Amino acid sequence: MTPDLADLAAGSFTPIFAMAAFWQIVALSLGVSFAAVALASPAGMLLGAALAVCRFPGRHGLVVLANAFLGLPPVVVGLALYLLLSRSGPLGIAGLLFTPAAMVLAQIILALPIVTALVHRVVERVWEQYGGPLLVDGASRLRAMPHLLAIEPRPIATAILAGFGRTISEVGAILIVGGNIAGYTRTMTTAIVLETSKGDLSLALGLGLILIGISIAVSSGFFALGGWERGQSWH
Amino acid sequence: MALKEAFLAGGLATILGSGACWAAPSPSLQTILLASTTSVENSGLLAHILPIFTKESGITVHVLAQGTGQALATAAHGDADLVLVHDPEAEKKFIAAGDGLAARQIAWNDFIIVGPRSDPARIKGGHDAIAALKVIAAARAPFVSRGDKSGTDALEHRLWKVAAIDPAKAGGGSWYRDIGGGMGAALNAAQAMGAYTLSDRGTWLSFGNKGDLAVLVEGDPRLLNRYDVILLDPKKHPEAKQTPARRFADWLLSPEGQDAIGAYRVKGEQLFHPSAATPR
Repeated sequence: MTPDLADLAAGSFTPIFAMAAFWQIVALSLGVSFAAVALASPAGMLLGAALAVCRFPGRHGLVVLANAFLGLPPVVVGLALYLLLSRSGPLGIAGLLFTPAAMVLAQIILALPIVTALVHRVVERVWEQYGGPLLVDGASRLRAMPHLLAIEPRPIATAILAGFGRTISEVGAILIVGGNIAGYTRTMTTAIVLETSKGDLSLALGLGLILIGISIAVSSGFFALGGWERGQSWH
Repeated sequence: MALKEAFLAGGLATILGSGACWAAPSPSLQTILLASTTSVENSGLLAHILPIFTKESGITVHVLAQGTGQALATAAHGDADLVLVHDPEAEKKFIAAGDGLAARQIAWNDFIIVGPRSDPARIKGGHDAIAALKVIAAARAPFVSRGDKSGTDALEHRLWKVAAIDPAKAGGGSWYRDIGGGMGAALNAAQAMGAYTLSDRGTWLSFGNKGDLAVLVEGDPRLLNRYDVILLDPKKHPEAKQTPARRFADWLLSPEGQDAIGAYRVKGEQLFHPSAATPR
């Protein structure tokens, strides 16, 4: 079993053992958020671009919905998913409740509207600018979508990062469907909740600062990879 | 399209990478899920005894620390393999509903009433929980209630009933503060508000933010705190991993398990007494 985080502070375990537990928590936080964003982003980009470019009945309603779901309460997502995934629920047979997979599912639901709504806004503007010429060139609307997404990579990257920001910082949903199980579904945010409830406020705050540092590192790494940090104007 | 390829590669890498993250501890037949009350987890007891059990049996125990009410509900939904809880009345209902087999006591300690050192209601040194609650209500001194259907919450409500006081009616919204949270949250709130609250001794001793709080009332026989392990009834819950769960429950009651429970100490103080040493 994983030693308790409190032991990390108290130093009652050998440092290497305790650090292993700590890194496991960090790795799970990043793993769950990365997986959720990696799965939600392509879907959100496709959906956002389609909503901007294609014309079909119900399109307007979907745009409103995606924007409304920017504020989807994580606890409600967690609760709904809990009821679906519980052994006594409709998807109970899969045995996914209280596993990292359930946490990824919850975070996909939270990240998808964010990526969709933000990408929609970007592509909508690009479409106004370049849509006419592209259609004159004979490209179909669907064919045009990848080009439209590639014209302004930076705001698209921001959309994906916003999705990541939502997932890495979220606690309500993953606490309900993950269960904060030591060594299995405990993440940075659920560990902070736990340490706060144990009255170990300084350790909780320390974990919080590390979490913020990790978020900053991921964002800067993402932008460095794209070579987008050269002081150009933001869109 | 460099961007698209980058996203694709990045996406694949993260999916594979994160998959590897939890491929190792994935649930197998030798992993059981224990729904427990928060005190046995937050106090560090389980983190102390579980490695001993795992070493001996090869069975990994995942702990879902919830309040007793929630832990029993989780098990009743079929989402856990066994429970470790501390509310005799809720346990009786759970067993009567056909969800659980017999409750077996594995450890005990006691509940205490904690409050600010200034002790505005003057209950310090008492050994009668009912008298203390009556004085707190009469003085309209701030009292934090868990309000989360946990074992501690259930006991608190039974004590008020014996005292013939309906605290929500008498002081809801003013001195009686139902925070709807765990034991740690209640202690944090009591510390911040200079309020009284009922706590289990295990959480109290291991709690790190005591501030101005102190133990004021203890030693009332009504404050005895029994921890029971209950296996799920295979007739109603065939999906529960009965064999490894039974092995864990039996180990808790074995001399090795009882020794491990009794040996757990925080700052030199024993938090849980093995049930072999029950004062009855």
